[in-house]
Amino acid sequence: MPQENGAARRAAGELEAAALAVLQAAGSALTPGDVRERLGGDLAYTTVVTILSRLYAKGVLTRSRTGRAYAYAPVADEPGLAARRMRGLLEAEPDREAVLARFVSGMSPADERLLRRMLAEHLAEHPADQPADPPGPND
Amino acid sequence: MRLVVYLPLVVSVLAAVAARPLAERVPPRTAAWLLTGSAVVLAAATGAGLGLLALSAAVRLPPVDALGGMSLSVVRRDDPAPLPLGIAAGLLLAAAAAAAIRAAWLRTTALAAAHRRARCLPGTGQVVVLADQAADAYAAPGWPGRIVVTSGMLGALTNAEREVLLAHERAHASGRHYLFTTAARLAAAANPLLRPLADAVGYTLERWADEHAAAVARSRPLAARTVAKAALAARAAPPRRPASAAMMAAAAAPASARGAGPVPRRVAALLRPAPRPRLLLVVAAVVLIVICGVSVLDAARDLHALIEFAQAAA
Repeated sequence: MPQENGAARRAAGELEAAALAVLQAAGSALTPGDVRERLGGDLAYTTVVTILSRLYAKGVLTRSRTGRAYAYAPVADEPGLAARRMRGLLEAEPDREAVLARFVSGMSPADERLLRRMLAEHLAEHPADQPADPPGPND
Repeated sequence: MRLVVYLPLVVSVLAAVAARPLAERVPPRTAAWLLTGSAVVLAAATGAGLGLLALSAAVRLPPVDALGGMSLSVVRRDDPAPLPLGIAAGLLLAAAAAAAIRAAWLRTTALAAAHRRARCLPGTGQVVVLADQAADAYAAPGWPGRIVVTSGMLGALTNAEREVLLAHERAHASGRHYLFTTAARLAAAANPLLRPLADAVGYTLERWADEHAAAVARSRPLAARTVAKAALAARAAPPRRPASAAMMAAAAAPASARGAGPVPRRVAALLRPAPRPRLLLVVAAVVLIVICGVSVLDAARDLHALIEFAQAAA
């Protein structure tokens, strides 16, 4: 299972995405220690510092000195704004289905009931499959 | 005119009926190639069949024969298509060509615009996180494609589930899946009988990415749970859309009478063992498509030979 050694093997892009998500959810500047804690704590401190300085170098984060460490925050929600603008434009395309490969498509109410039942049955039969890792930072 | 020119139409109807069962049974990667290839070959063969009908009707007209330097008596000894049928075939072919060109133009501009905009997204990484409470995730086409995930979606998933989601979207991006949908949609634009095939191609691409994500995570139940949780999160906090897009999505959501929609079917497939290769089924489908293509080519060669014979006799 990936939970055991996943953190070490997780691609840098995913770690950056997760760190950015933590900072965007936080609403205030966070130190590498705070970010590490909210990411689930299975990462080395130096790894988190590397991720954050890389994001800072890309211009996605701002930082300010707090004591001995830097505190990082997303750049004025601009990444979100740009991405949202892109989605709006993409969805205005006449051939929308061509350009977006969505992870999950729309569901009917019947689909939703079916899905909930499948999920409940599966978890009842295989309680071992319950997630062992901590939930996401926004939970 | 030989009956064989109608074969692509018959096989198109057959393929439309068989597409969904095939998409469920054959491993998704094979199914995506098979269905996309079939759609392209059948669209081309249907067009060629219509063209042959129109041409074979045209050669019985004295002006055409005079123009081509053909002997009318030789041409009429064969069994040319009746003129009304030839005209109908010609009109259908023109309509199909116009629809395909229009669809190709729309798709090319949409892909180019998406690529331009994806390049303007912030950062240089493949993954872009959007600060948005709505739960959404998608891959935008490009070279390389970029993956957009909202913080709302990331928040609904555990770390292991996020890896599944990103592996799924990476499979779309690295597999150039938008090329499959483009080819299948163009084929369906030219021959509307093939629309169920194009829909099935879309489903097999999702399944392909699901299987890839399950292999990366080395856990099918984990992948199944991720798809289910993401779908429920997206329903609880749906992405804002223009009204027209929301209406389109509502129309696309299947009614309960027509069976389960794509998301529950994907979850169910992940909860089952990986699909078996189904070699016999795949070979049978390929043979049928090849026979269809070859017989139309054969009919074209026959007509060509007849015209040459008539020219020699003139």
